[in-house]
Amino acid sequence: MRRPSGFLCTVLAFGLAFLYVPIFVVITYSFNDARLINVWGGLSLRWYRELLRSPEIIDAALLSLEVGVVSATLATLLGTLAGLALNRMGRFRGRTLFSGMVAAPLVMPEVITGLSLLLLFVGLKELTGWPHSRGFTTITIAHATFSTAYVAVIVQSRLGAMDQSLEEAAMDLGGRPFAVVRDITLPLIAPAMAAGWLLAFTLSLDEFVITSFVTGAGATTLPLEIFSRVRLGITPEINALATLIIGGVAIGVAAAGWSMLRSRQPRPEQAGPREPQALR
Amino acid sequence: MTRAASPGTGDRLWRGAVIGIPYFWLALFFLAPFALVLKISFADPILAQPPYSDLITWSEATGYRLQATLDNYRFLVEDNLYLVSYWRSIKIALVATILCLLLGFPMAYAIARTPQPWRNLLLLLVMLPFWTSSLLQLYAWMVMLSQQGVINQVLMNLGLISTPLKILYTNVAVYIGIVYTFLPFMVLPLYTTLERLDPDLYEAAEDLGASPTQVFRDITLPMAMPGIVAGGLLVFIPALGSYIIPAMLGGLDTLMIGRTLYDEFFLNRDWPLASAVAVILLLVLIVPIMLFQSLQQERKP
Repeated sequence: MRRPSGFLCTVLAFGLAFLYVPIFVVITYSFNDARLINVWGGLSLRWYRELLRSPEIIDAALLSLEVGVVSATLATLLGTLAGLALNRMGRFRGRTLFSGMVAAPLVMPEVITGLSLLLLFVGLKELTGWPHSRGFTTITIAHATFSTAYVAVIVQSRLGAMDQSLEEAAMDLGGRPFAVVRDITLPLIAPAMAAGWLLAFTLSLDEFVITSFVTGAGATTLPLEIFSRVRLGITPEINALATLIIGGVAIGVAAAGWSMLRSRQPRPEQAGPREPQALR
Repeated sequence: MTRAASPGTGDRLWRGAVIGIPYFWLALFFLAPFALVLKISFADPILAQPPYSDLITWSEATGYRLQATLDNYRFLVEDNLYLVSYWRSIKIALVATILCLLLGFPMAYAIARTPQPWRNLLLLLVMLPFWTSSLLQLYAWMVMLSQQGVINQVLMNLGLISTPLKILYTNVAVYIGIVYTFLPFMVLPLYTTLERLDPDLYEAAEDLGASPTQVFRDITLPMAMPGIVAGGLLVFIPALGSYIIPAMLGGLDTLMIGRTLYDEFFLNRDWPLASAVAVILLLVLIVPIMLFQSLQQERKP
């Protein structure tokens, strides 16, 4: 393996600086006592205190966490079923349409998904009276719908890469399809489901456009609250909020990513039994 | 009853549930809404709740009548604003995709050539910002680019400029925002293809007297093409319909179609026109989306 040239290293360093300088600048300013960003008023935790004293932010954060947990769980359920349907159920009627519907939300512009879901909720209300008002339920349904696609992709790639001989052996021994999935497949794809849940949860916490379409009066998630504050300009409390969120995510992702990368390194005892599959 | 594998009622029920539950969910909450967008794009805006007319009306005198109108589409073509929006979005997304490629390609190449364990660390560093809030990333760029922002402060302290540059709320800021937000989507597919390049190929080419430029042009670039196309589409498609990037970093004259649709809906409350804008946006995107889907299908064995 040859080392990267000086030019490549320079661009890489520039790229990483491009990615990280703004983040570090915001973190630095979050400890600045002055309100203006061109003045350094000394170190202080003033904006963190103001942040914690702001009930709108706290309420929005709590709503976002609730939506995130419920929608990620729903998406993991639906996405895992969708992955199983596409990878273990053979042919069925409407399979092409189904695989299209599973993949399409990944590339659909958020403005279209948001507008179309809102029109659906409005139409459903005209027709059936449900949903009576828009808020937690409609946001959660919307988030679960687009996150399902991400979970399905992760679960599918795990199912595709998996050695199926264990499942086949269980079937040959008379295991019922449901029991085989419960006892063999699910434990094997559990890490993929966990990764899918985490991705769905993060996507939900960050979602702005779709949420602003399907929300109603009184239901403000954290991104909606952030947007309404920053669109008018720079607000010091948001520096503090950004630092908390970026710090939390960075620690979580770094820990998860590192442990995943380490476990992916091939171990000799695992490499052995896989080989016969390639010969089939 | 034997335990041999003849499908029982329970098995059929299980199979039906695995396929049926996500099928029903996606049909109801993903597919049906598009039909509604299409339907409402042919309706008239009215002052009511919801603010659009019914396509099928019924009265004693006339019975059922279909009242579809092409007015919304006619308006899109006649009013310059929308055509300019589509055109500018395509232009901005395309330029930003190229900028992303120019930055992302050398980065991916450098990472692919870095020995482990540094390689994994670098990949993690590129991916990390994607997991944090994109809204807050764009906010960080507002802090960087504003009149009193970091970049202007540095340039003024260095004596390079005497009055602050206006970067925030211009198209330059939008380009920066797009490249920043979608850089990981460019680097990852490029890295995956570049990592698989066989070093022996380079040695063979060099032994046969090829210059570094020739090696790059005739070996690296063609071999990396699938990654370039995949990364390009992963940046271009979301950039084209983006709302928050032009809304936070762009100026009032930064017309991008996602923003036009959003404003048409929220500011003008014209639901039928917003639906028509969405239908056309989907038509614009259908070619790159199909291209991406077929590329994904090819990659699967």
